[in-house]
Amino acid sequence: MPSLKDLKNRIASVKATQKITKAMKMVAAAKLRRAQEAAEAARPYAERMNRVLAGLSAASANSAEAPLLLTGTGKSQTHLLIVATGERGLAGGFNSSIIRLARDHALKLLSEGKTVKILTVGRKGNDILRRSFRENIVDYVTFREVKQLGFVQANEVAQKVLALFNAGEFDVATLFYARFASVISQVATAQQIIPAKFDQAEVPATAALYEYEPGEQEILEELLPRNIAVQIFRALLENNASFYGAQMSAMDNATRNAGDMINKLTLSYNRQRQAQITKELIEIISGAEAL
Amino acid sequence: MADSFDFELVSPERLLVSEKVTEVIIPATLGEMTVLAKHAPTMTTIKPGVLTVKLVSGQVKKYVVFGGFADILPSGCTVLAESAVAQEDANRDLFQQRIEALRADISDAPTDEHRTKLEHMLAELTHLNHSILPG
Repeated sequence: MPSLKDLKNRIASVKATQKITKAMKMVAAAKLRRAQEAAEAARPYAERMNRVLAGLSAASANSAEAPLLLTGTGKSQTHLLIVATGERGLAGGFNSSIIRLARDHALKLLSEGKTVKILTVGRKGNDILRRSFRENIVDYVTFREVKQLGFVQANEVAQKVLALFNAGEFDVATLFYARFASVISQVATAQQIIPAKFDQAEVPATAALYEYEPGEQEILEELLPRNIAVQIFRALLENNASFYGAQMSAMDNATRNAGDMINKLTLSYNRQRQAQITKELIEIISGAEAL
Repeated sequence: MADSFDFELVSPERLLVSEKVTEVIIPATLGEMTVLAKHAPTMTTIKPGVLTVKLVSGQVKKYVVFGGFADILPSGCTVLAESAVAQEDANRDLFQQRIEALRADISDAPTDEHRTKLEHMLAELTHLNHSILPG
């Protein structure tokens, strides 16, 4: 049985923890709002890009000189997994759910005899994947020092991916990130980015009537690499929003648990205090009776 | 009074303009072009330059854009810029950063063709820098 003093100390320390988790929750909530706004602001660009590319690629997918980024290399021997995770932990199952998805995918590919290469974005993913796939990791990008995630950072990742692709280092690239569904639900998602895939449903019927300046091929060749950067950018923003969402709900849980703990500890503290008073009274009374 | 149409200027980070306009001048790769309402559907890439927008109210706004492309339809025009700022906000540092980044790219360009393209871009950018911020 812990003494009164021990209990008092425990209560004080749990209270301190609760204060910290509460503060972290508030910070995450504020950052989540900003991240969500950023993700929403980036949506129009990505949507239009997708629409334009869907039209263009439908028109030129069958021609012989279609760019490799669109059609792929025709093989699927070497896979590149781009795994985007958070820079920090303390966000519930956020990082581990992305990593689990990526790892399952990697193991499946390996068991089929394919070659797997991994590019990690974010410190957490790198730390964990390094344990089991040390020799598969080809590159690692971290945004530790970056305060506001911009297109520049996404472009940096895209350039690395494109350089690898142009060097013939891989055939298929898949991007792993957590899609932001709501504050309490983030869905780990795998998205294939090379060869490119578009939602063909919304191809406008007027696509064929377009005039292209300079040529259709030139535009396509310029847009496809940029599309990679846009896709990565979107994934990073979604990931960022998901991270803060996950952190917020994790910290909310932690605060609640700390509250429960404090209640329980206070109860046993009071009970013990009363027991002690009763004991002292009994001692006094029995002492008086003995006289 | 000229017909108006919808114009949107978007960069990967945000939507900069979404308004009714009567006229837009786009710095297209093959030369500047003016877009009016009911333009034929056209898709063009753009080079670094100044994009001029004339609003329905007659007010003229200018934006500095760095590459991207424009999607023009009879009903409207959308410019997807790689990066864009209002001309008032353009400053020397912004250009300097880009010019330096481009120079670095040129020095490790893999092919001559690629290098020529980059040098062309550099020339455009330097020219733009001088025309917007003289002296």
